[in-house]
Amino acid sequence: MKHTISILCDDIPGVMTRISGLFSRRGFNIESLTVGHTEREGKSRFTIVVEGDDGVLEQVRKQLQKLVHVIKVWDLNNDRILEREHALVKVEVHDKDRAHLLQLITVLQARILNSSGAIWVLEITGDSKAVDSAINLLGQFTILESIRTGKIALEQGRK
Amino acid sequence: MKKGKSTGAKALVRALENAGTEIIFGYPGGANLPIYEALQRSSIRHIQTRHEQGAAHMADGYARASGRTGVCMATSGPGATNLVTGIATAYMDSTPVVAITGQVSRTMIGNDAFQEVDITGITIPITKHNYLIQSAPQVAPTIEEAFFLAGSGRRSPVVVDIPKDVQTDEFANEHEKRRVLEGYNPTTKGHPGQIKRAAAMLKEAERPIIITGGGVISSNAYEDVAAFVETLKIPVVHTLMGKSAFDNHNPLNLGLFGYHGSRAANTAVSKTDLIVAIGTRFGDRSTGPLASFARNTKIIHIDVDPAEIGKNVPAYLPIVGDIADVLPRLTALLSSTGTPKNIWTAGLLEQKEKSFDGQKRGSETPNLSTPLALKAVSEAFPDALLVTDVGRHQIYAAQLFPVKAGRNFITSGGLGTMGFGLPAAIGAALACPEKQVVLVTGDGSFLMNIQELVTAAEAGINLTVLVMNDSRLGMIQQLQDGFYKSRFDVSKFSQELHFDRLAADLGCRGARAETESEIKHAASAAASAEGVTVIDCKIGEESHVYPMVTGRNLLELTEGED
Repeated sequence: MKHTISILCDDIPGVMTRISGLFSRRGFNIESLTVGHTEREGKSRFTIVVEGDDGVLEQVRKQLQKLVHVIKVWDLNNDRILEREHALVKVEVHDKDRAHLLQLITVLQARILNSSGAIWVLEITGDSKAVDSAINLLGQFTILESIRTGKIALEQGRK
Repeated sequence: MKKGKSTGAKALVRALENAGTEIIFGYPGGANLPIYEALQRSSIRHIQTRHEQGAAHMADGYARASGRTGVCMATSGPGATNLVTGIATAYMDSTPVVAITGQVSRTMIGNDAFQEVDITGITIPITKHNYLIQSAPQVAPTIEEAFFLAGSGRRSPVVVDIPKDVQTDEFANEHEKRRVLEGYNPTTKGHPGQIKRAAAMLKEAERPIIITGGGVISSNAYEDVAAFVETLKIPVVHTLMGKSAFDNHNPLNLGLFGYHGSRAANTAVSKTDLIVAIGTRFGDRSTGPLASFARNTKIIHIDVDPAEIGKNVPAYLPIVGDIADVLPRLTALLSSTGTPKNIWTAGLLEQKEKSFDGQKRGSETPNLSTPLALKAVSEAFPDALLVTDVGRHQIYAAQLFPVKAGRNFITSGGLGTMGFGLPAAIGAALACPEKQVVLVTGDGSFLMNIQELVTAAEAGINLTVLVMNDSRLGMIQQLQDGFYKSRFDVSKFSQELHFDRLAADLGCRGARAETESEIKHAASAAASAEGVTVIDCKIGEESHVYPMVTGRNLLELTEGED
């Protein structure tokens, strides 16, 4: 089962190594990892998707909490979670398919970041499933390159 | 230097003094010479070792014997990597050590400079935390923080790496402020509700036992354990690390359980209905195969590290906190609410007598054996602080050499580091000059750090070393015999050594024993002697150390040959 973990930690050199190293050392598998600044200066937040049962998750959480630079760890697996992923997809589109692609872009709520001739770069945002299916649908055109971020997530409400 | 100015090296020495450092175990090199320069004007004693690994184990032994944080130091590169085994040993057994390493200058870092190594990168998995100091004003607050982390919560080693130019940099003697560690708040006070629940569970138990682990020693809670047992009057078993948590002479002490546990102790662990686990992480040498461990038993698990609870075995009732806080409160509650029904202590004690007889092997042969040697030495040193190395002698010592409660048994339990014994014993002897420190080692382990005999001689300590010399790696041979095709070429040494002569050449007193009367004589002579005595015990081909778990659970034991 997949779990989404959110980690608030000090934003200092080496903290990434300490966190990712802990996962590999203890045999936990990282599905995706994103990190960025937060509303608090000098702090960053990791969102990590990890595969494992509840026992694994419990160990991951406790071991992370032992890192001196880790301030707090949340398990974000419930229905109050808002989550987003981001993808950039470069497609090649021939004139005859152009109308069809434009229609799909509207349905997917995607954005055209750049189009030069037959090469279009599209931006897609959504939860993991939405991004999955968008990329899947775009597969009917020729995808030249694509890249997607890991998940970022927050819980609803004040805390 | 101008008035009111300091350097990184001076700030370091000052910070070490402020942290209460009495002794640094170290070895010099190009990247820590400024520190040695500053150390000359300090009251801190420096013990010059003969290998950095020795320095790390000495700091560890010092910490284990005293409870105070041990300090070791090495230069950059190979000096730092030579500390690694010692740091990992301390990490696995949760002992407080601050390891200071020199580093190449900041401008050289990352250039593959001479004697450069990324020691903070290397030691992330074997430290609670580590630092690469970036400026001289950061030195003092970092050292303060390092000691705080090493010596609080679950004890652990911490590495502080200091570039050479940071050591020499002058600054205005204004240190940076210590940071607030927002993410570090170890829970030391046990939850009152959980303690109340534990008391209720104990009252209802019919076959309760106590397991003591190394955490009892870390927490200095041996007297609390004694009071707890006195109130409950239930049997106690111990892990290798928890041997000296409870007086070995107490009749309720069933001894070592686990992979090399006695039948009585393993029976207790297997048939109990309630385990009170105090400061143990349920390591695999204790539990045997996890699938069969304590399956129908409720476990009250007391530990300062929440990550240990539920890691290997499920805890029915976790109590996170310092044992020295939790146990007295639980004992007080039991004194007022009543103690368990406990219907089984008498039967276990009977079994203990029987199984202990089985361990007194070797007494009929004229030749010296490890059990015989241990018996003679334990009689000559009734108040010993016993240190062991790793191997067959270690298990014999854990089973057959009784020690009193306290910091009186030091062994590399988690990492199982051969070569740990001698330097750890030196550290222990320096930490506790009033104690009679005895090292039991084997010819395999002893050779791994034998150079430290020179350090021992120079340090002016009293130490008795017992070398079980059988020209073989006994534990390896036992494993080969039991589980492989018994080819012993790698576990047999063809060159026989005389450790009494070697010891004499390295500045110590050497003695030799080949019979029971010789070891008795040598042991009593060593007990009243000053300085370091190495007794070379010539052991013939010896039986394997039993009991040993050979099956799928702790009761499938092999108890002896023939």
